Amino acid sequence: MSTAAFIVIAILMLAGALAAATLSKLIHAALCLVIAFIGIAALFFLLGAEFVGLVQIFVYVGAVAVLIVFTILLTRHAEEPTSGFNWSGVLVAVAVFAGLIWVILQTPSLSAPAPVIEALTVKRIGEVLMTDYIWPLQCVGLLLTAALVGGLILVMEEKR
Amino acid sequence: MTPTLTLFLIISAALFSIGLLAALSRRHAIFILIGIEMMLAAANLNFIAFWRFAPQPQAPTGVMVAIFSIAIAAAEAAIGLALVISVYRHYRTTNVEKLDQLKG
Repeated sequence: MSTAAFIVIAILMLAGALAAATLSKLIHAALCLVIAFIGIAALFFLLGAEFVGLVQIFVYVGAVAVLIVFTILLTRHAEEPTSGFNWSGVLVAVAVFAGLIWVILQTPSLSAPAPVIEALTVKRIGEVLMTDYIWPLQCVGLLLTAALVGGLILVMEEKR
Repeated sequence: MTPTLTLFLIISAALFSIGLLAALSRRHAIFILIGIEMMLAAANLNFIAFWRFAPQPQAPTGVMVAIFSIAIAAAEAAIGLALVISVYRHYRTTNVEKLDQLKG
């Protein structure tokens, strides 16, 4: 893991996330969210979890971002200001950030270097998924089916 | 020098706080969903970082939890955006402060 790559990716990712949270135009915020998600996938690659990084790009950049853009398109008719901002939320977020940073810096055991591990192959992930994690896998399949049916029912035109 | 676990945790905490900021301070429903997605991604980053820096990562538990978490986040995003479209059809607005019909 190189520090230069880490710093560049982290700055890009946080800048994208901050822009997604504060920009007033929804479509710009959605595109900045894509930058943030690509940055997170790059951090996954840097950490040696290539499969999760690819899943992150497929699911978030490929599916969720397109879903958000289509929802913006379908609800765009309202010409109301989208830039409403509640400053007490900023206060809560800064307080949570300060608390988390304080806890992280108080813990001495976190500065250990990364151990050398053998690369995690997709074959190994598949084996573990089909043996130890078979019940969670089935439950996630059921959940995705329920979400599909529920999403369809929610957006179906009502018969009058 | 390579990045330590502390750096990854700080990045993850920053991303979580930005997501919290978006979820708490924006009045547009889609921004709230974007904030929730960012908070979930920060949690995933923590899972992967702790898996990588564990002394003996025998079973890839952190990776498995992250994969399931991504699947659940996708389902959550689909349902949330369907709700936004459904609410928009009924009330012609996506501003959450105008949706106060249940207020006593």
